[in-house]
Amino acid sequence: MVDQATADEQYLAKADFQVLLDLLAGEGYEVIGPTLGEGAIVYGPLRSVADLPRGWTDEQEAGHYRLVRRNDEAWFGFVVGPQSWKQYLFPPRTRLLTAKCEHGTWKMQPAEEPVPKYAFLGVRACELAALDVQDRVFMHSAFPDPHYVQRRQQALVIAVNCTQAAPTCFCTSMATGPRCRQGFDLALTELAEGFVLEIGSPRGRELAARLPLAPASEQQCRDAADARAQAEQQITRHLATAGLRELLLSNLNHPHWDEVAARCLSCANCTMVCPTCFCSSVEEVSDLLGEQIARERVWDSCFNPQFSYVHGGLVRHNIRSRYRQWLTHKLATWHDQFGTSGCVGCGRCISWCPVGIDLTQEVAGFRAAADRALFDRRPGAGEHAASVSGQGRGPSGLSASRPFLQQPRGEAGRPLPDEAPELGQSDAPGSESPRSTEGR
Amino acid sequence: MGRPRLAVFKFASCDGCQLTVLSLEDELLQLAEAVDICYFLEASSRMEPGPYDVALVEGSVSTEEDLQRILEIRQNSRYLVTIGACATAGGIQALRNWGDHAEFLRCVYAKPEYIRSLAHSTPIAAHVPVDFELRGCPISKQQLLEVLAALLAGRRPKTPEHAVCLECKRRLAVCVAVARGVPCLGPVTQAGCGALCPAFGRGCYGCFGPAAQPNLAGLTNHLQAAGMAPRRLVSGLRLFNAAAPAFQQESDRLAALEEAER
Ligand code: SF4
Ligand code: SF4
Ligand code: SF4
Repeated sequence: MVDQATADEQYLAKADFQVLLDLLAGEGYEVIGPTLGEGAIVYGPLRSVADLPRGWTDEQEAGHYRLVRRNDEAWFGFVVGPQSWKQYLFPPRTRLLTAKCEHGTWKMQPAEEPVPKYAFLGVRACELAALDVQDRVFMHSAFPDPHYVQRRQQALVIAVNCTQAAPTCFCTSMATGPRCRQGFDLALTELAEGFVLEIGSPRGRELAARLPLAPASEQQCRDAADARAQAEQQITRHLATAGLRELLLSNLNHPHWDEVAARCLSCANCTMVCPTCFCSSVEEVSDLLGEQIARERVWDSCFNPQFSYVHGGLVRHNIRSRYRQWLTHKLATWHDQFGTSGCVGCGRCISWCPVGIDLTQEVAGFRAAADRALFDRRPGAGEHAASVSGQGRGPSGLSASRPFLQQPRGEAGRPLPDEAPELGQSDAPGSESPRSTEGR
Repeated sequence: MGRPRLAVFKFASCDGCQLTVLSLEDELLQLAEAVDICYFLEASSRMEPGPYDVALVEGSVSTEEDLQRILEIRQNSRYLVTIGACATAGGIQALRNWGDHAEFLRCVYAKPEYIRSLAHSTPIAAHVPVDFELRGCPISKQQLLEVLAALLAGRRPKTPEHAVCLECKRRLAVCVAVARGVPCLGPVTQAGCGALCPAFGRGCYGCFGPAAQPNLAGLTNHLQAAGMAPRRLVSGLRLFNAAAPAFQQESDRLAALEEAER
């Protein structure tokens, strides 16, 4: 796609960037952006430009992420990390209400947690797309979520165009990036000494009016376009989306599901890091006497066996059925539900899968099999419902489906002796000490 | 009707789980109000005879006397709840299940003839029916409260059976396996600790035992492909919960693999 400078492009020098942060803070915004933490680039409060991971980048592959020092001092010279903006709009734990029993009467009290006014700084194109996907789920659905809506409506979005890509990125396949096109108030493209700035909303325009900007020169606009083009050129991963929904839904009993189930740990990491996954459970905790309770909503996942518990057993009682739920929801039934794919091509689920399972590879596996016409061609969608509902009573059910009295365990065996345990220590091959904490 | 009668018993263990009861601190007064603590030697010399409404049992069965005592406790208790890795999976002392008991006695004790212990350390559930198992080394205070609150309310306790990873991500910790190459048992270990170790940059040691439907081979195959010797994986699985069936089977499989390669 031709990436031309628009008349609206302005220039903000890095030397003046702190003005933006101070302005936002002055307006009551809590500015959130990329920062170093725990061996990765995570999102956290930004008070000063010194909080940005300047001079750092990320090295990513399936099941692999490392912080690496850059040979320049770029401010946004990395892609996306283990976290996403969803943790601010749809927090991992939200208190919904508390209730108290006084003199035999229950009093319900809606939780009144302050809703911070966020300014998100450094939102990438795939993340803008993810915000839009979650908007459809939480805001534009039949049942808007008040917690999300309030947080989302008052959030300011300052996007940053990627100037490089990771091997895990495939936004071009999902038509979500790398160029930020909509859904932002301001968008930045980083150059050596400053940023080319675009305005994306009336709120962004107001803000821009109060910044020390200069019109971007032709050269600056060209440099910015080149930097953005570099990101696009670096993208190597591909997901063929044509006919994907049909491919997956017509192969619900394909043996490849068993093959991936042998590798998948059903640990839920992929769904936790995914910026669009929205599942949650509601938990209630009471005090000892049952006189005070708190009700909380927590992130949950289709990879949690208990997530599909209904009276009498688990609906998705093995990893095969859970992996299939995840992949078919993301790439197929999400379209039916929300009119879009559930995947924006950010690559998080690839990097953060502890065993490096890569959805683009799994899809390629199904495609290759389809091309070889080796598919099990038994009926598709109707069978889906049948197979799902028929899975409730496996022998491998959880103890949630066991009687309250648990079965006695067997006697322990008598195999080989062994030496002191080592698991959990960072001296395994391929391990290294975190480089992120240097100087922090 | 009087308050429910609570008893806390110890078998082969380090007392850490009983200490968790004592370290309830803020809730201890409420607990003493809600139940009649009839037997809890770690806290008081009061020793009321049964029957008990709830017996919390710490530790594994490790001696001839234990075998007898657990039967009596079961007979005297309406609900028997095991607390901790020793009681639910034999504990660290279950490592002797893979060793030579007589040899251990000779090596460790100056006068082995004074020691009377069984050759195996076994979970309580290997001997009597158990109503609820609380995992962990030690158990989690919140889960203990949940079990007690549930039993007091006459409902079933709710503790998660999914992997530690879910808790790890909910607290927004960065995955130590992916970001630092630390071998971590989190994906196959039951939640409950709040992802304590990963949050401090360590891999999970599996102290809450196997999660529901764990894919042990999926994890160990991956770690082996990354260069980890089966021997080290065996050590990792034989720790606090060595005798938990899923960990035991996988460690046995890996040990056999190692043996075959030799
Ligand atoms: S993929 Fe799973 S966790 Fe994600 S939204 Fe769908 S059902 Fe929920
Ligand atoms: S499915 Fe994976 S690549 Fe797609 S949006 Fe979610 S985390 Fe990103
Ligand atoms: S695909 Fe990977 S991250 Fe997702 S549940 Fe399976 S092992 Fe965990």
